[in-house]
Order: sequence, then structure tokens, then C-alpha cells
Amino acid sequence: MAQSSPANASGALPGQLAGFPPFSQRHLISIADLQQHEIVELLDRAERMIPVSRQERKSLSTLSGKTQINLFFEPSTRTQSSFEIAGKRLGALVVNMSVKTSSVSKGETLIDTAATLNAMRPDVIVVRHSAAGAVELLSQKVGCSVVNAGDGAHEHPTQALLDALTIRQHKGRIAGLTVAICGDIANSRVARSNLLLLGALNVRTRVIAPRTLLPAGIEHLATEVFTDMEEGLKDVDVVMMLRLQHERANGKMIPSVREYYRFYGLDAARLKSARPDAIVMHPGPMNRGVEIDPAIADGPRSVITDQVEMGVAVRMAVLDALLPDSNGGPQ
Amino acid sequence: MNLVIRNARIVDPASMTDQSGSVLVEGGRIADLDFADAPGIPGGAEVIDAKGLVLAPGLIDMRVFVGEPGKEYRETLASAGEAAAAGGVTSFVMMPDTTPVVDDGALVDFLIRRAEATAKVHILPAAAITKGVGGAEITEFGLLKEAGAVCFTDGKQSIQSNALIRAAFTYAANFDMPVVHHLSDRELTGDGVMNEGLFATVLGLRGIPVEAETIPLARDLQLALLTGVRYHAAQISAGNSISLVREAKRRSERISAGVSINNLTLNENDVGRYRTYFKLAPPLRSEDDRLAIIEGLRSGVIDTIHSDHDPQDTEVKRQPFAEASGGAIGLETLLAAALRLVHSGEVDLMTVLRAMTIRPAQILSLETGRIARGAPADLVLVDLDYPWQVKETELRSRSRNTAFEGARLAGKAIRTIVGGRTVFEMSEEALA
Repeated sequence: MAQSSPANASGALPGQLAGFPPFSQRHLISIADLQQHEIVELLDRAERMIPVSRQERKSLSTLSGKTQINLFFEPSTRTQSSFEIAGKRLGALVVNMSVKTSSVSKGETLIDTAATLNAMRPDVIVVRHSAAGAVELLSQKVGCSVVNAGDGAHEHPTQALLDALTIRQHKGRIAGLTVAICGDIANSRVARSNLLLLGALNVRTRVIAPRTLLPAGIEHLATEVFTDMEEGLKDVDVVMMLRLQHERANGKMIPSVREYYRFYGLDAARLKSARPDAIVMHPGPMNRGVEIDPAIADGPRSVITDQVEMGVAVRMAVLDALLPDSNGGPQ
Repeated sequence: MNLVIRNARIVDPASMTDQSGSVLVEGGRIADLDFADAPGIPGGAEVIDAKGLVLAPGLIDMRVFVGEPGKEYRETLASAGEAAAAGGVTSFVMMPDTTPVVDDGALVDFLIRRAEATAKVHILPAAAITKGVGGAEITEFGLLKEAGAVCFTDGKQSIQSNALIRAAFTYAANFDMPVVHHLSDRELTGDGVMNEGLFATVLGLRGIPVEAETIPLARDLQLALLTGVRYHAAQISAGNSISLVREAKRRSERISAGVSINNLTLNENDVGRYRTYFKLAPPLRSEDDRLAIIEGLRSGVIDTIHSDHDPQDTEVKRQPFAEASGGAIGLETLLAAALRLVHSGEVDLMTVLRAMTIRPAQILSLETGRIARGAPADLVLVDLDYPWQVKETELRSRSRNTAFEGARLAGKAIRTIVGGRTVFEMSEEALA
């Protein structure tokens, strides 16, 4: 990571995040629910959280006495760990629940689990579910804040926020940049949240994918749509690669991994189309040799590990914003 | 018991009548019509002063799902009958995908008897095209017809095999029975749960392209023309389907098409944020599709409007959208929702009523659906402007999954008459 944010250049470590007005949202379900100023505020809060994780004693007490439940209906190592670390660094009691689901009883489990967990009086539930809209549905059944950690192909708002924070850290700004999102747009919640967030911050967004991986109406969500990597990457500031699910390359949408890599894999030659200072991002987990050349993934332009670091900061900021009045007595 | 309904605005699409007058009912049938000011009233007759309200043939709803037998907690013949009567529906066709499936003459016979014993309105059983609505083997069309089935349909199922559809059409033509077919290409529909387009993309839901309807429709229409079957496309949702039906109708009078009131009055935007009462099959389409279907209704390409009444309990509806069951109830709101189109000036009253009275009657060879001497006295008195708000808790269906919850509607059945007997009447307080 190149720079700390200007807010922390003074060297003052935030004990409490003073200076932010109360956050107006109770849940974080969708980037679409956020106003531009709310997005910027979350990014500013997150920026203040970065040094917390870099100091030796990585803890605040702002969520002390609060209970956070991570409820993951879909397996996830990195997102769940990131939320867990974020909550613990803020002093919350964090409980992880992985719910194995059979396809027939998914919904039943969702509502039943929501009622059960709600009775344990958590302050925030972080939810990942395979069905679009499931997190919103759950949020209607509980009395606490709910954070969407990914719902089907709908949204993954903290991913978009951490991506934006990473861009801001490296580029010093977000507005006016050109960002290309490449790959399986049709099935990606990361792409949707990023298109909404970047669009709200006046970024020129491009999507690049074979037509079989572009969803209907995408031209209304992205500024430009490309099916050719070289053309689409021309002069972009940021290249965001998406993971290609192996099951997509089964001859139904994509004939083979090697054909996909030949036309849509990111390698040094293709990256030459982008601006010389362009950064390369990936939400992980990566398929090296499928959507990205290992030399790029692990090379100097890659900011992929920074994204992971920013992920913790963003999730700390989101939890802190949604759970107000931390030390202010009974609510 | 004789009955005279006087001072009514008689609207009968079969005869294109829209005129004030009186109707005399004797022995459950319409004995006489009188358009004079002072009709002769037989002694002892009950007299109803319609006070200028519309008197129309009772509505015939061609697509209703009932939970009996098998899922009585969702709906029984009796509760569906209550909802129908309150909605001005005097006959409805009951879909065969019950538990067990209505694919056997004995079941048709049972349902007719059971409906006569428990339901206030005429319930007309449809029989399955294929055994167990499995799409593989045709049922005993002859025996099912003898038992009293009014048409063949696989309900929510769409037959994928071209050869089987051809065989079914050919064999149905043999018995001169109508085949009503839901149109959904299984593979193009895939995991889709709503109309394909920007809205589905934003919600992260899999879309269903209109071609999932137009491709099986084009196949059906060609095979209907080949076999000469009386074919009814169960429900059209896509504007592109209209031109296909129009072209086929030019070549055969035995082809007809229906539309759900949902696809006529709602569109994909109504799904909002994963509202599962708007998860329907066919899916709610774009506003352009809706407008094209309305034009199809006006120009006679669309013959019938039905409720697609499909009771589902909250357990299967309170789910993430993709996992929730589809369907919405509609018997009680069909008339009022259809009158929306009249009030908005999109379709005239005669056209809307025709699609819910005489056209279904003709397609199903029923003697109801008209106000004529000798016809059964299935009638509805309608206040076209009666204002009311849909409240799920006040609807008579056993299930609550209405797509019109909270909707402010104008128009209501004030009195519903089946075979000369009043089966529904709005209370004086409600009318006050």
C-alpha cells in the first residue's frame, strides 16, 4: 500500500471515530440503497480504520458489548474471516454460524434461523446466501442491523466499498477514472455492486465479456459494453477481473477454459492497452491461468492483497456506522 | 321461484346489447327479456330493482387452481366458490394439477358431485392431457369427456415433446374437445424466475426470455392447423405472441388465446424488491408487452381473460424470490381489475366482458355466458364505480397471496346469481 490517508497523516490514531454524523441506514443490503454522500462517508470512515489494523495492538472498543453473528449459508473463507476480524478489532463478540443447506429447505432454514437468532438479541447479523433477495428478506424478520455479505447474483456491497477504497488509496481519487470489469458479469454480484457504486461516484464504467456472460440490460448499468478485451481495456485506469466459475466453462456458456483464457484472460500483452499506471484487481479467489496470468496476478500492478486489507477496514467502518452509540449506555 | 330484475343496464356481449331493461327468471333460466319501461311482473315473483346497475352474464373464469383434493389448507371447492361468487364469477374451469392429478374419469365424476354439493358456483373440471401431467402419455380423452371434463390441459405444465403434442391434438380433435396449453419451453425457461431484462439483472434474478413462450406457441399453432384441433393458448404474456396468434387465427376459427388478468394489468416493475406474490407463470413482462396484449384484446386476437387464481400459503411464499412458489389468487379481484382497463379507457366494457363471458362459453361449448331467452340464469349485477380497497384479510379465499393487496379498485359485483339463485349479495352497510 502506497500511502496512508491524509486523515491519519497527523499520526493520531483513532480511538473513537469522532467527527462523523450518525449513519442514516439501519442495514447495508444494497449499494442501490445508498446516496452518494453515504458511500463517501463510509469510505472516509474506512480510511480512518486502516491504521488500526496496522498498529501493534489492533483493537478499538467501539463495539464492546455488542454481538455480531456471521451467518453464512454459502461457504466462504475470506469474507467470513474478514468480517470476523473486523468485528473483533472493534471489540464485538463475534459468533460464526455456517449453515449447511439442502436445496429444498434453504428458504425454510432462512426464516427459521432468522427467528431463532433474533431471539438471541444480536446487534448485527452478517449474512451470505445463495439466493438473490434472501438477505433483504431476513432483514425484515429480525430486530437488529443486517449486513449483506453476498446474496446470489444480486449484490455484495462491502466488496464494492473495499474496491473503491483500494482505488482511492492508489489513485488518490475515484471520480473521473475509467474502470473496466471483465468476465462473468451475468452471474456476478461483485459486478453489480461495483457498477452501482462506481456509477454513483461518476466513474466511467466498462464491462468486458463474451456475450454469453453479459446479462440483459447491462448497457443501462455500465457506461460502455465491450466483447473485445484489447478494445475494452484501452486507456483504463483500473482493471477488475472476475472469477470464472469452472462450471461455466462446460460448453453451455463457454466452450472451454483454454478458449476463455485465449480471448478473455488478462496477460501482459492485453494489459498494455490499459494506461501505464493502471492497477489490476480481483475479488478472489483467483483462478490463475483461467482469467488471469499468474505473472500479472502476482506482479507489480496487482493490488489484490491490498484489497484484502481494505476489506477489513471497510467492514470495520460498516459495522461501526450501523451500530451507533457504542459507549453511550443503554439504547 | 320466479325472479324479476328490473331497471337494469343489460350488457350482453353475445348479442352486443347495452340497453336498460328487465330480465325474468323462471326455473333457473332466463324466461324473458323486456326492454320496455314497465315490464309485466308475474305474481309471486321476487323483484330486484337494479337501480340502473349493469346486469351482465356471470363471469366464466377459464383458469383456476383449487387445493381440493390434496391441498385443502390452500383452497377448497367451497372456499373457491365463495371467492368466485363474491367476484361475480358464476363458472370456473378447475385445473387438473391437484393431488391426485385429474387424469381419470372417476376423479372428474367425483369433482362434479363434490362441487355440486359444496360450492356455490359451477365448477367445471378440466382433465389432464397427459397422465399425472407428466408430459409422456396421453390420458383417456373419450372417457374423460364422457365423465364431464370440459377441456384438456396440463395446467401449469407445458408439454415439451412435439410428437406428443401432435398426438394429443390429433386425438382431441377426434373427440372434438378443446386443448388448453400453457406455453413454457423448459430449457429456455431454465432457472428463470421473472422476465428477462434490466429489472431481472438488477435484482440478480435469472430471466425468462419471451422466446420461452413464442417458440412453443409457434409449434402449437402449426400443429393445431395440421390436426384441426380446437386449440386455446392458455395464456399469452409476450407482445411477440400476438402476431403469431393473429396469423394462425386467419387460417382457422378453431384457434383461440387467453390472457391472465395479471399480465393485462401489471408488469415486471411490480416485482419491486423480490415481492413473491408477483412471481407468476408466465412472468409479468415489460410495459411494451402489456400494451401489445391490450391491443390484442381490443382487436380480438386475445379471446379470454382469466384470473389464474392460484392459492399458495405464506410458508411457500415467504422465501427468497427464486425459491418461492409462483402464483397469486384472483377470483375475487378479476372483475374489478379488468374494469381498471375500462376506467383507464384502454378497453371498452363490452370487450372486457366478452372475454369473460361469451368467448369462454363458446370455446368450452357452454350454454352460459349470455343473457338470452332459455339460457341459464347465471348473472351478475355490477356497480362499475363502486370504490373499494383490496385487503388480503377480507378476501374469501383460504390463501392470502393476492397481487392486488392494498390496490384501490373501482367496480364490484353487488349481487351474483347462479341458476336463478342469489349466491352473493353485498350487505346493505357495505353499500351505504
